[in-house]
Amino acid sequence: MSEKFDAIVVGAGPAGISCAYDLAKGGASVLLLERGEYPGSKNVMGGVLYRKMMEDLIPGFYKEAPLERPITEQRFMMMDKESAVTFSYKGMEWAKEPYNNFTVLRAKFDQWFADKAVEQGAILINETVVLECIVENGKVIGVRTDRPNGEVYADVVVLADGVNSLLAQSLGFHKEYRPDEVALATMEILKLDKKIIEDRFNLEDNQGCTIELFGDATKGILGTGFLYTNKDTLSLGVGTLLSGLIKHKIKPYELLEYVKSHPMIRPYIQGSEPQEYLAHLIPEGGYNSMGKIVGDGVIVIGDASQLVNAIHREGSNLAMTSGRLAAETILSAKEVGDFSERILDQYRTKLLSSFVGQDMKKYKDSTHHFDKFPQYFTDYIPMVNKAASQMFTVDGSSKWEKQKKIWSDLGTTKEKMKLARDVYRAWKVIK
Amino acid sequence: MSGQKNYQSIEEKQYLVRFNADTKSHLHVKDEDICLTKCPDKICTIFCPAEIYKWEDIRMHVGYEGCHECGSCRIGCPHQNIRWEYPKGGHGIVFRLG
Repeated sequence: MSEKFDAIVVGAGPAGISCAYDLAKGGASVLLLERGEYPGSKNVMGGVLYRKMMEDLIPGFYKEAPLERPITEQRFMMMDKESAVTFSYKGMEWAKEPYNNFTVLRAKFDQWFADKAVEQGAILINETVVLECIVENGKVIGVRTDRPNGEVYADVVVLADGVNSLLAQSLGFHKEYRPDEVALATMEILKLDKKIIEDRFNLEDNQGCTIELFGDATKGILGTGFLYTNKDTLSLGVGTLLSGLIKHKIKPYELLEYVKSHPMIRPYIQGSEPQEYLAHLIPEGGYNSMGKIVGDGVIVIGDASQLVNAIHREGSNLAMTSGRLAAETILSAKEVGDFSERILDQYRTKLLSSFVGQDMKKYKDSTHHFDKFPQYFTDYIPMVNKAASQMFTVDGSSKWEKQKKIWSDLGTTKEKMKLARDVYRAWKVIK
Repeated sequence: MSGQKNYQSIEEKQYLVRFNADTKSHLHVKDEDICLTKCPDKICTIFCPAEIYKWEDIRMHVGYEGCHECGSCRIGCPHQNIRWEYPKGGHGIVFRLG
């Protein structure tokens, strides 16, 4: 297949498909390469797809896309060993068009999404690994695949090859990630009757609930767990920094089993049947780990450039926006016939001034901060649980006495000062 | 349907997953000696989510057929002793759902 395209997009995930879609729509010839048997067969996420970025690309997509449930309630559980303090928002504005976000199962969704790019004119080739970028005089001019005579050429190569972007790494765009720059997430899809899901999660038909789990779900290691409702399955997972698993010598699937057996979670999943087990890395180094994202004839998008907002469990939306900005840049480069780094750098500028870059900057120190100071997860969440238990347990002591007890449980004056400083610090890194 | 969900082993979890394994491995221990002499913890046997790394007396057995292709071993190996590639196109893990 020694052909030349306007653009080759490596990887059919949300970033790559969005990019290929817009490029094809804009009249460019696009080759979309996917290493899996089909788009989605290698892709994993907890399952939240944000409506806004998807709808900007395909208006009214929710009328035809294979979605699970619109999310109508988002819960946040701060867990101790046998308790939880839960915060939740539920709103009926999310139960109707245009919705806020949806749970999805990626193997189904990504295939549908890739088909949409194909409808626009992109050429999708599955079961093809890109082994390396072909570089000539410092400029990327194509890719070498694992197919016989597998060189393909293009004016621009877009790397959307995910968190393990060996291609961006081999171009020297970023160094190998450290174990504290990635989170390892494992999850299971659990089959459960639709009616039982709706009863357990207080839902009606075509409504969904997400629960984010903090604290004991990760045994105090930096990370989160999640429990999301699909149509007739649940997605239950847990992710922690790889460095945390290494430090505490914890097996990720044992942590997942721990979450499944936790008394705050067990009743939700009781009687369900595991359907699939999945593991994947999440890039969590943030802004400081992004590395170089533009070169001569090459652009990096999505997870491959670490575009994840871990604090808000956003990723696919950042990926899609980055893909679209890359497409926009390539289309205007095509007009002037110049695919040098100088011209393609518009992508970087646009990305950094968009919500993607702004949010990456806003939270640039958050992972590092919460990793460095584990007391938020190990001490303060249990403290909140204990305080709630104190306050709401009716035992004959007065509320003043209870408040006094809670105050003294916060520790010595010195410990209280430390707590106040940590609260201030946490506020600073996420403000 | 008892309230106590039994512990599910990694073997049971892996049984739920579809693999289309290639005939040759995409994972290679670069220097077997490093595992034997310089790596008492053999932490890859702990953090690998598919438990494909198993220490067998004097050498690391790599059950690449069950690999989720997550990349943790490449990043987490304290000696950068794992050469990690993607399996041949169309091979390796095939997620059907999530």
